Amino acid sequence: MSAVNGTNGAGGTPKISLRGVRKAFGPKVVLDGIDLDVARGESVVIIGGSGTGKSVLLKCILGILQPDQGTIRIDGEDTTHVTGREREAVMRKFGMLFQGAALFDSLPVWENVAFGLIQGQGVGRREAKERAIATLGAVGLTPEVADLFPSELSGGMQKRVGLARAICTRPEVIFFDEPTTGLDPIMSDVINDLIVKCVQDLGATALSITHDMASARKISNRIAMLHKGKLVWVGPTSEIDNSGNAFVDQFIHGRAEGPIQMQIRAF
Amino acid sequence: MNFLGTIGRTTLLFMEATGRLAMFTFMALSHCLRPPFYLRLIGRQMVDIGYYSLPVVGLTAVFTGMVLALQSYSGFARFNAESAIATVVVLSITRELGPVLAGLMVAGRIGAAMAAELGTMRVTEQVDALTTLSTNPYKYLVVPRLIAGTTMLPILVLVADIIGVFGGYLVSVYRLDFNPATYVRNTWQYLEFMDVVSGLVKAAVFGFVIALMGCYHGYHSKGGAQGVGAATTNAVVSASILILVLNYLLTGIFFS
Ligand SMILES: Nc1ncnc2c1ncn2[C@@H]1O[C@H](COP(=O)(O)OP(=O)(O)OP(=O)(O)O)[C@@H](O)[C@H]1O
Ligand SMILES: [Mg+2]
Repeated sequence: MSAVNGTNGAGGTPKISLRGVRKAFGPKVVLDGIDLDVARGESVVIIGGSGTGKSVLLKCILGILQPDQGTIRIDGEDTTHVTGREREAVMRKFGMLFQGAALFDSLPVWENVAFGLIQGQGVGRREAKERAIATLGAVGLTPEVADLFPSELSGGMQKRVGLARAICTRPEVIFFDEPTTGLDPIMSDVINDLIVKCVQDLGATALSITHDMASARKISNRIAMLHKGKLVWVGPTSEIDNSGNAFVDQFIHGRAEGPIQMQIRAF
Repeated sequence: MNFLGTIGRTTLLFMEATGRLAMFTFMALSHCLRPPFYLRLIGRQMVDIGYYSLPVVGLTAVFTGMVLALQSYSGFARFNAESAIATVVVLSITRELGPVLAGLMVAGRIGAAMAAELGTMRVTEQVDALTTLSTNPYKYLVVPRLIAGTTMLPILVLVADIIGVFGGYLVSVYRLDFNPATYVRNTWQYLEFMDVVSGLVKAAVFGFVIALMGCYHGYHSKGGAQGVGAATTNAVVSASILILVLNYLLTGIFFS
């Protein structure tokens, strides 16, 4: 399993390290023993069918959900059951783009983006607004958008505001849950470039989820495939086309026939 | 057998809910005492609860005062005790009806709004987003509402007391032809400091309960629109019932 533990060049303790992470909702086992290491400055993409537990995996790492078993280490420190102040300290390293954007609808766009600066880092409101507008520019949104409310934006624009909010504090680790879903192909590519830039220029570690294979190829160093609660394949992005893994082949070529059986009946 | 099982399950569920509420209350209170304090949010909640509830509470109070005067007149006139009307109005309003009716009206207005807002934030993952931005949801969402509820309701009730007594005055003077000066004198004559204070203490407790129920049910809501709807209903119903029960208990403590 060298691929799982591969630190991809950059030695030392991995930024994120999962061991035997298990999570079930009632009788339904969603994650069934996940092992994964993500090295500092690395960008890993998780792929997998809808409903396989990709978002749940991110939420476990973020501490929003508590895994039933297993350990999660950030910078070598066990954060699985950390709460309160210590949790907030861990969270300061993180930026998260939620699948549904999860913008605060009582705050204007710029305050959403500047939230981490104002509340987390104590930056003054004026300066925070300037930085928020600059970040909005990076995701292709004009300064006029800054004073609108999230409900006045289109879905793709909300997604980009969520992205801006995730990266505005320049976190060490960024989680993207489907960053390009709902965007047009050109804007998707802009966002891909932005993610690559965050990783390369800021030295951030990125863990993303995507169904968009073009995006996955572009933004990742490594790809992990989740199926039935387990990572069935982890390997460098360059090897994705000759992984020799039937699950991966079926997924990246988008075929209905293969080892992954969709639970559907004829109608 | 099945019957016993139902009792057992219900008891367990009840215990679980009580425990969860106790934990929630404890967490919220402990965060009330620790910085950071979000003064801007506390201020906004105070305006929402205090200022924007004034019309509702004022209307309730004025009509309650008016109807009290009418009712006690038709009763007291039977044994020539009309002079007691002013006292009846002021004591009923300050001790009971002011806090209870204001509490119930605010529970409907504010408790429901809090549950709906927090519930929507919960189901759209905004609460999770708060934690990822290193902000404690208890501190950011719950504490400002609890503080605003506890401090604003006494002020609202004080205003309601004044308006309610004025409602009684209006009916007595303009409809029942009382002498205004006599009515005002009678109002003050038997009013004790404790009457008003007990009402305000009740109001503070009710304000806390309203905000607590609104936040608790909103914070723990599940599912989508339906879950938020259920949370809203539960917040209003539980706050209203708690207000009535606590009103009895507090009255017992104050005037035993
Ligand atoms: N809070 C929850 N309570 C109960 N079940 C949940 C909860 N969250 C997720 N699940 C279940 O866990 C499974 C995985 O959900 P998850 O959101 O992680 O899927 P996903 O891989 O992100 O899918 P998609 O690509 O469609 O976003 C789903 O079957 C879902 O029903
Ligand atoms: Mg998902």
